[in-house]
Amino acid sequence: MKKVYIYKKFERFWHWSQSALIIFLAITGFEVHDSIHIFGYEAAVFFHRTASYLLLGLIAFAIFWHITTGEWKQYVPTTKKLKDQMKYYTSGIFRQAPHPEKKTQLKKLNPLQVWVYLGFKILIIPVMVVSGILYMYHKTLDANDVVIISDMSLKAIAIWHTFGAWLLVAFIIMHVYMTTTGHTPISNIKAMITGYEEQEDETVTKKIELKEKTYS
Amino acid sequence: MKKRNLLIIVLINFSVIVLINLLHKPEQPNLALEELKVAYAKEDISSVDHTKFEILQQDFESPQAVTEACISCHTERHEEVMESSHWNWERVSYVHGRGIKALGKKNVINNFCISSQSNEQACASCHIGFGMSDDTFDFENARNVDCMVCHDNSEEYLKGSAAAGYPDRTVNLSKVAQSVGNPMKSNCGTCHFYSGGGNNVKHGDLEEALLATTREVDVHMAANGIDMTCIDCHTAENHEMQGRLYSVSSENTNRATCEDCHSNTPHLEDLLNTHTAKIACQTCHIPEYAKENATKMAWEWSEAGKLKDGVPYHEEDSMGNHTYLSIKGKFVWANNVKPEYVWFNGHAKHYFMGDTIDIDNLPLKINELLGSHEDMQSKIYPVKIHRGDQIYDKQYKYLIQPKLYAAQEGDSAFWKDFNWHTAAAAGMKRVNLPYSGEYDFIETEMYWPLNHMVSPAEESLQCADCHNSTDSRLASLAGFYMPGRDRDMVLDGIGKWLIILTVLGIVIHGGVRIYFDFKNKKYKVLNTEPDVND
Repeated sequence: MKKVYIYKKFERFWHWSQSALIIFLAITGFEVHDSIHIFGYEAAVFFHRTASYLLLGLIAFAIFWHITTGEWKQYVPTTKKLKDQMKYYTSGIFRQAPHPEKKTQLKKLNPLQVWVYLGFKILIIPVMVVSGILYMYHKTLDANDVVIISDMSLKAIAIWHTFGAWLLVAFIIMHVYMTTTGHTPISNIKAMITGYEEQEDETVTKKIELKEKTYS
Repeated sequence: MKKRNLLIIVLINFSVIVLINLLHKPEQPNLALEELKVAYAKEDISSVDHTKFEILQQDFESPQAVTEACISCHTERHEEVMESSHWNWERVSYVHGRGIKALGKKNVINNFCISSQSNEQACASCHIGFGMSDDTFDFENARNVDCMVCHDNSEEYLKGSAAAGYPDRTVNLSKVAQSVGNPMKSNCGTCHFYSGGGNNVKHGDLEEALLATTREVDVHMAANGIDMTCIDCHTAENHEMQGRLYSVSSENTNRATCEDCHSNTPHLEDLLNTHTAKIACQTCHIPEYAKENATKMAWEWSEAGKLKDGVPYHEEDSMGNHTYLSIKGKFVWANNVKPEYVWFNGHAKHYFMGDTIDIDNLPLKINELLGSHEDMQSKIYPVKIHRGDQIYDKQYKYLIQPKLYAAQEGDSAFWKDFNWHTAAAAGMKRVNLPYSGEYDFIETEMYWPLNHMVSPAEESLQCADCHNSTDSRLASLAGFYMPGRDRDMVLDGIGKWLIILTVLGIVIHGGVRIYFDFKNKKYKVLNTEPDVND
C-alpha cells in the first residue's frame, strides 16, 4: 500500500464547503418546496438565500482557481479508456480487478468521472445558478414599480430549479456511494480530507492481474 | 505543528465571529410604526364648549329646530353634508360596464334586507336626515339634516325604530345639542355596526365589541392600545368621508387605505416588502374576522314565511343568534372566520335593479370585485362572502324588490302579511318594473372586503399559511405559481423515481460487490499469495 498526494488544500476546502452548502441548500430548498419541515418556512427561505450567496461566492473562487492553476484541463473529456472504466464498474469491481486508471495529482479523474463532473459543472450548476438567481429576483411588474423579471413565468423558472435539485440529490447519493469503490471503502473520502490517497501497491495489482490471466 | 493548530483554531473562531456578525440582525424597532403611534396618541381638544352657547340652551320642539340652531353658527356646513353620500344615499361614479351611474343605498340591491325602496320608513333610521318615509323625501331641505346622529357626544341620541329617521321620542334634544363634538366610534357604529338588522350582521369586521376591545381583536381601536377612532382614518375634511365600501361603491377613488399611513414598504424585512406588490396588507394582517361576536355568513330568504299556529316565530343558536326568523328566513352565523381571498383592483361591478340574470351562471354576484393575477393593479384581498338565496321574477329573470316593511297588516308588506306575491307586486310597482306573478329564489353572493380587526403583527399570517401544498389559504386562486403551494407533479414524480432507482441501483451493485468480496475471500487475497493452482 502506498500513499499519493492528490488533492490540494484549496481543492479540499472547495469540495467540502461546496458539498455542505449543496446539502444545506437541498434541505432548505425542499422545505421551501413543502416536501420536508425542519426550520420552518420563513427560516428555510432565509437560509436558502444566504447559503445561495455563499455558494455563488465559492463558485467564483473555484472558477478562478480552475483557470489560474490550469486545473480545468482535468475536465477535458475523452473517450479513451471510457469503456474500460464502465467495464470496471459493471464487472471488474466484483472480481477485485485493478482500477483501469492510476490516480495522480495530474490526472485525478477517470474518464467516466471527467464526463460526469464536466456535466455537473457546465450543466447542472449553471442551471441551478441561473434559475436560482431568476427565482430570487422574480417579481412581476406591479403597482409598486418593483424591479422585475416579468417576461418569464415563475413556474418555468421553478420547474428548472426543481429539476436541477432532483438531479443534484441523485448525484450526491451516487457520488457518496462511488467513494467506496477505492482501494478501501473509505480511502477516497480519506483522500479528500487529508489530500493523500491510499492506493493499491503495484505488486498486489500485478498479482491480481496474474490471477486473472490464469482464469482466462 | 502546535503553532499551526493554534493558527487554525484562531482562524476558525475568527470566521465564526465574522459569520455571526454578517448573518445576525438584532431586532430593530420599526421607527415608522413608533412615529405613527406617537402621532395618533395625541387627543384632540375641542376649541369650543357647546354648553356655553345660548342658542343651544333651550327646549327644542323638534329635531329640525336643533339643525336650525347648528346652521345659525355653522352657516355653510349643511351644504357640505348635503353633498355627501350619507345624505344622498347615492354617489355619482363610474361603474364598470355601465358608465356613469348614481349608485348607493337609494337604489342598490343586496342579499340581506334586499333594498330600501318601499321600506324607507324602517331603513331611514340609518339616514342622516329626518322624515324619509318614502321616495318623496326632499333632499334640498337643509332643515332635515340630522347633525346629532354623527356629532352627539353624550351617547344618548337614538334614532326611533321605523321612525323615518326621526330620533326616538325619549331623546333629550337640548342635552344632545349641547354635547356635540367630533364623531366617536359609537356615532359611526350606530349604523355601521348594526347594519343588516343586528350587531355585526353585514361586515363581520365592524361590530359593537370594537367600542372597547383589545389589541388581539383590533390593534388600531384597542382600548389597551392606541385607541383610535373611526375618523382617524376615515377623515372627513369638509364632510367628505374618506373610504368606501364595495357593497355600495364601485370606484377606486377616495379609499382609506393602510398605505396612507404605513406606506407600501412597511416591513423591516425586504422579502416581506416585495409581497406588498401582489398582496394587500389586509390579507396577512387580518387572519380572522368576527373575532368577538358572530357575523351572518348565509341568509336563505326561501325559508321565510313559516308560521307556528298562525304566528311568526324565531329560533336561536346557543350564542343567542337568530338562526330562523319567520319574517326573514334561515341564517348561518360564524365567528373567528377565516376570510376567503380574491384578486381585486379597486373596481367592482354591480347588479342594478332590472338587470337580467344569467340563470346558467349562478350564484349571481351582486357586487363582483374585479381583478386577476394578470392585472397589474390587482392584489389579493381578504373578503367575507355573504351567500344566500333571494326572490326573483322567474319570467322576467331579474331580482325582485319586495315590500317588506309596513306599520300594519294588509299593506302588502311581507313582514306583516307573509305573502310573497303581494310583497313582490307592491315592491316592483315602486321601482317601476313589471312583476310577472311568478317568483322563485336564486342563489346570490355579496363580497365584503375586510379592512378592520387588524391583528397584532405577531398574530398575522405566517409564510406557511399560504406557502404550503396541503391547506394553503390561497388554494383557490389559480393562474400563477406560488412556491410551496404549487409543484409540477410529473417532475416531482420523475425526481422521486430517480432517487428510488439510484438507491436501488446502489443497493444491488453494493450487494453484489459484498457478495463477491466474501466469495473471493477478498481480504485473504490481499494478505496472502493468490492461489494460482486453484
